Amino acid sequence: MSKEEKKVNRRDFLFTASYTVGAVGVGAVIWPMIDQMNPDKAQQALATTEVDISNIEPGKSITVLWRGKPVFLKRRTSEEIAEARAVKLDDLPDPQKDEDRVKEGKDEWLVMLGVCTHLGCVPLKDKGDFNGWFCPCHGSHYDVSGRIRKGPAPTNMEIPKFEFVDSNTIKIG
Amino acid sequence: MSEHEYVPKSKAAKWFNDRLPLLTLGAHLTDYPTPKNLNYWWTFGGILTFCLITQIVTGIVLAMHYVAHADLAFASVEHIMRDVNYGWLIRYIHSNGASMFFLAVYIHIFRSLFYGSYKSPREVIWIIGLMIYLLMMAAAFMGYVLPWGQMSFWGATVITNLFSAIPLVGDSITTWLWGAYSVDNPTLNRFFSLHYLIPFLILGLVVLHIWALHVPGNNNPVGIDIKKPSKDTVPFHPYITIKDAFALLVFMIIFAGFVFFTPNVLGHSDNYIPANPLVTPAHIVPEWYLLPFYAILRSVPDKLGGVILMFSAIFILFVLPWLDTSKVRSAVFRPIYRQFFWILVIDVLMLGYVGAMPAEGIYLVLARVGTIYYFLHFIVVMPVVGYLEKTDPIPMSISEPVLSGGAEPSLARKVNDKV
Repeated sequence: MSKEEKKVNRRDFLFTASYTVGAVGVGAVIWPMIDQMNPDKAQQALATTEVDISNIEPGKSITVLWRGKPVFLKRRTSEEIAEARAVKLDDLPDPQKDEDRVKEGKDEWLVMLGVCTHLGCVPLKDKGDFNGWFCPCHGSHYDVSGRIRKGPAPTNMEIPKFEFVDSNTIKIG
Repeated sequence: MSEHEYVPKSKAAKWFNDRLPLLTLGAHLTDYPTPKNLNYWWTFGGILTFCLITQIVTGIVLAMHYVAHADLAFASVEHIMRDVNYGWLIRYIHSNGASMFFLAVYIHIFRSLFYGSYKSPREVIWIIGLMIYLLMMAAAFMGYVLPWGQMSFWGATVITNLFSAIPLVGDSITTWLWGAYSVDNPTLNRFFSLHYLIPFLILGLVVLHIWALHVPGNNNPVGIDIKKPSKDTVPFHPYITIKDAFALLVFMIIFAGFVFFTPNVLGHSDNYIPANPLVTPAHIVPEWYLLPFYAILRSVPDKLGGVILMFSAIFILFVLPWLDTSKVRSAVFRPIYRQFFWILVIDVLMLGYVGAMPAEGIYLVLARVGTIYYFLHFIVVMPVVGYLEKTDPIPMSISEPVLSGGAEPSLARKVNDKV
């Protein structure tokens, strides 16, 4: 009896060991098959874009493409900045101060992804109920700071990583 | 299925059949005993097989001329339309074929809902059918992306962004689906690959669907089991094949009507504008066959909630056989359920209509009412009505109502007696 039990245990060990090695092997093959779908080197190489902002008048904005996505660069007037800062945080679905959405000392420059946080459409400028952007796809309203105010979008429009290379150039990414 | 064992006539055929019994399979499919009371709503299985083959054949041909690259795709589709011999015809058959495929599948699904074909012992047929339906939606969506027009691009953006609603990992999943940081060339490339793959997966599931069907045999308009095969059934060939062929011809006339007279009526003119990642079209709508689900998505003022509800609208169908508590299959004998069935049909049509309209005002209200009814129908109406309803007497056998000239039986037993 004890001899038989020993035999079974040995075989069990072999089964378990085989399954384990097999699972590791299968996993090692499956992972490259999954990861190949992530952005490749060529896509990652497009990670930064430099933009000349010297021609943008106050109150105007331009749209540039960064990583295949539109980025809005808006040079805001002092009234627009004041309007954005007068909003109470309690009125915001995704509370965030306007000061936290711009670079200190460069308050007039709003640089954000022109992508609705609902399902990725490009919002239209100078439209909607809050003097900012309006997404035509499913009716999200953004204010002059790009913050969500009304509609299905869950969060404010995203601020990408960016820096001022010099007073006339912004590097996004 | 048939009781007699099939023996091929010639020696050569017998030699082959002993090694691979394909001829036995053929004989089974030919002799397959089919309820003799099947009506024209039962011809859509054959029609759908035709649709699948049509899509595969035209698709393979289109792939010989199409280029899956963001810079070239739009032009290559125009090249197919203008330069390739009969390219316009093949492409119009393929694009309208998708719509005809969905038209047929919706009739097929609602036929199943009316006559209780999803109920025991046919649950597995139903579930495989739903898997086919899901794959059809995936294939149709990816196919719509391939011309790389404005609707292609923004439809792809909106649908892939649905996954970004998933908490924590949503954004990583979306990036992974894209293979980029937005819908871009890698996305188009993989969509083409998958669009080519999925029809063959569907073909495999169709084989399983038919196999699972041939185990219990067809349901039928009175929804009762076959009592005596000799009296209640006819061989599949030639009785059902000829009926299917006639229905298919009528279907092909409608199909050809779209292809030759209004080939673009079911599409969207914005898709003849090349994709532009900087401009979203003013009014994004999916293809007509996805509109009810789109209406459900938009009826919820919350991103994650809308996405969950939209997927639930499809996945709830998987548990339908267990939500329906009625012992009677066919709605012919279910006076209360029958009315709710037609309310559901109207509800889905209305959701489709409001899905095409802007999500505001009365349309939003209708979308919400329609969404609420859709879920109530499956979660509340089906279990409760099945339990409380007093059904009409069902016939003794399939032969009886057929021979007495209608669904109203002369001799009947009460099903509510809980036999």
